[in-house]
Amino acid sequence: MKYIDEYRDGTLARAIATTIASEAVPGRHYQFMEFCGGHTHAVSRYGIEDLLPSNVRMVHGPGCPVCVLPVGRIDDAIALALRPGVTLCTYADLMRVPASGGGSLLKARSAGADIRMVYSTMDAIRIAEDEPGRDVVFFAIGFETTTPATAIAIRLARRKMLRNFSVFCNHVLTPPAIRAVLDVPDDDNADEHTGGVRIDGFVGPAHVSTVIGTTPYVALAKHFRKPVVVAGFEPLDMMQAILMLVRQINDGRHDVENQYIRMVSEAGNLIAQRAIAEVFELRASFEWRGLGELPDSALQLREAYADLDAERRFSITTVSTADNPACECGDVLRGRTKPAECKLFGTVCSPETPMGSCMVSPEGACAAHWAYGRFRNRVARQPVPAAT
Amino acid sequence: MCLAIPIRVEALLADDMARVTLSGISKTVSIALLEDVQVGDYLLIHAGYALTRLDPDEAERTLDLMREAAVPGLAEMQDWRP
Repeated sequence: MKYIDEYRDGTLARAIATTIASEAVPGRHYQFMEFCGGHTHAVSRYGIEDLLPSNVRMVHGPGCPVCVLPVGRIDDAIALALRPGVTLCTYADLMRVPASGGGSLLKARSAGADIRMVYSTMDAIRIAEDEPGRDVVFFAIGFETTTPATAIAIRLARRKMLRNFSVFCNHVLTPPAIRAVLDVPDDDNADEHTGGVRIDGFVGPAHVSTVIGTTPYVALAKHFRKPVVVAGFEPLDMMQAILMLVRQINDGRHDVENQYIRMVSEAGNLIAQRAIAEVFELRASFEWRGLGELPDSALQLREAYADLDAERRFSITTVSTADNPACECGDVLRGRTKPAECKLFGTVCSPETPMGSCMVSPEGACAAHWAYGRFRNRVARQPVPAAT
Repeated sequence: MCLAIPIRVEALLADDMARVTLSGISKTVSIALLEDVQVGDYLLIHAGYALTRLDPDEAERTLDLMREAAVPGLAEMQDWRP
């Protein structure tokens, strides 16, 4: 397929890996975080880690929208869906996320709740128009990539004067999450007791950056003195971005560079930004799974659109709920724990029976490792000596 | 939630919509977030909305840079056998 296959050339990928190996300074350890779930998926799917030299490692970041949504907000969505007359519209990847008491949207639907999976916010608008007797709530989640779609739907609902449509807003912002990951002391020997994980640079998100551009990363790169390279999702994009990061580290630079220049501009998508700014404002504080409460890290509907805000319409007060104590999603999201290091991984927790959100979403680090990486570290079985 | 691949516009429709096709599957998506979309453009679609348009010149330039980055590696890999 055009614009896809050429960026998946295995020989080129191996050659760039060899270039990385020759430019990475021996004895120096490079550790880069791929923030975005799409990149986490690509790292696992294409075996990027196996191509890289041993002193260049990738750490998974918190950029998976389903994974960072706290349990309490899933509980809220389930409670909404169980109200008589309410139809909850949701993106499909939220259906199986574990909620309190072993619940999930899928189980709530089995119990009779009217929950419908939609591909786009336009589908939710259509349902509200077709079924005026139902109170249609769109369960809005995601980083800056899905926020414009929600903003357009809210504007459309206002224009069409839809009284039976509202949005349960959980949109979050990328820069505060990067800040939260970096706002811990660096630690070369990070473990569960020290909390920190050393990150030398970031592979910046692809789709988020199409909306916000590359400018928002400049302040972060400068403040934390860490290079950021915005990259595409194809394997050659990743390899090239990692090479760019290695070169920045070697040169002692911490700039924001754009590897994904075919899709991402410095300013981003101004139409999308305007739509977001018109409908949403900063929320004082929002809870993230794995990162805790972060100030100014999420969005809520502006006063002018209060009548379309499900939180006000249904007086939702979120109760913060602890994750399953055995599940290490929180530390996986911070890059402190690798999926296979969690004692639930591959035993009780798998994509069929996920215990935590990182195993539910295909973008989650655990699901990616389960699908593509879990046999990587197996030692080849020694051949049994032939009987004499 | 996201198809992380560029998809070609086959037809422009009313109400800021466009028809895109991928591997024989046709889908209607919103182009409300973009200006001047033309048939033949490659768009990045996320949850039913086109977020950006691919720049063909930059796509080619990126490939050139990738080939350039591979040159030293290819020289070292001459002994390499797939």
